[in-house]
Amino acid sequence: MKFGVITFPGSNSDEDAILAVTDVLGQEAVRLWHKDHDLQGADVVILPGGFSYGDYLRAGAIARFSPIMREVIAHADRGAPVIGICNGFQIACEAGLLPGALLRNQSLQFVSELCRVRVESSDTRFTNQYERGQILRLPIAHGEGRFTADEATLDQLEQNGQVVFRYVNAAGEIDTAADPNGSARAIAGIVNERGNVLGLMPHPERAAESIVGSADGVALFESVLARVGV
Amino acid sequence: MSRYRVAVHIVPRRGLLDPQGKAVADALHSLGFAGVRDVRVGRHLVIDADAPEAASAERVVRDMCAKLLANPVTEDFEIATVEQA
Repeated sequence: MKFGVITFPGSNSDEDAILAVTDVLGQEAVRLWHKDHDLQGADVVILPGGFSYGDYLRAGAIARFSPIMREVIAHADRGAPVIGICNGFQIACEAGLLPGALLRNQSLQFVSELCRVRVESSDTRFTNQYERGQILRLPIAHGEGRFTADEATLDQLEQNGQVVFRYVNAAGEIDTAADPNGSARAIAGIVNERGNVLGLMPHPERAAESIVGSADGVALFESVLARVGV
Repeated sequence: MSRYRVAVHIVPRRGLLDPQGKAVADALHSLGFAGVRDVRVGRHLVIDADAPEAASAERVVRDMCAKLLANPVTEDFEIATVEQA
């Protein structure tokens, strides 16, 4: 399977994503540039973390208008998988691929730590290799990760099973002290209604080998392989 | 065609938590500005654009706000001034 990893000016997790899918998963990866007009046959697109365009105006707001994003939106419209990680989640929201928005952390502080997230649904193409309720250790590193949407949208996300990950404490419970950015309903990751676009603030690609502190992110990429076939 | 200078205010939507505004409000309280009830921190953009008349300059900037300058999920915008540049 071929993963396409997009580099915007200011992306910084693109190489981590490439390493995770090639070295750890043994899959093919193609580097895509924000000015490209072609996904080069990628089956799965990864919008990586970083600070595209310096986060000018709003995080992700300008990256959304990169030439490659037209292809990414068409890819998503065909029902093909897109994974937006951290800044990639912000870009996906700005592009209208996912509902809601990511605002300045409630604490106003940049958070960089290994957090705990609970898998809320194992019935998605991104989480089928996890158990529902499983607690993952994944790193976060962001200043604008507070997921926000109006109440009707939040209710709809819950009813449709689109909430995929939530921040939890060591006991696996939702707890304001364990919510690193003040996200609505402790939401750390969601999928779109069709289930082919995932956005999450934690970094699964930086949790791909135990030597870096956690390998809990690997099963997310394995889930995509399991569903789409290699 | 004339050149117009259009100023736009973009602020976090009322009712949404604005931690930056809250931090500023707290600082104002500690300076003794006891009357402060709410602060929201947003952006002020000044755009110079060529347009046939003031109304069309304003219309174009509204379109810019809807498409890029403001996020409709979280922000409100208002055109503050339109003047000949």
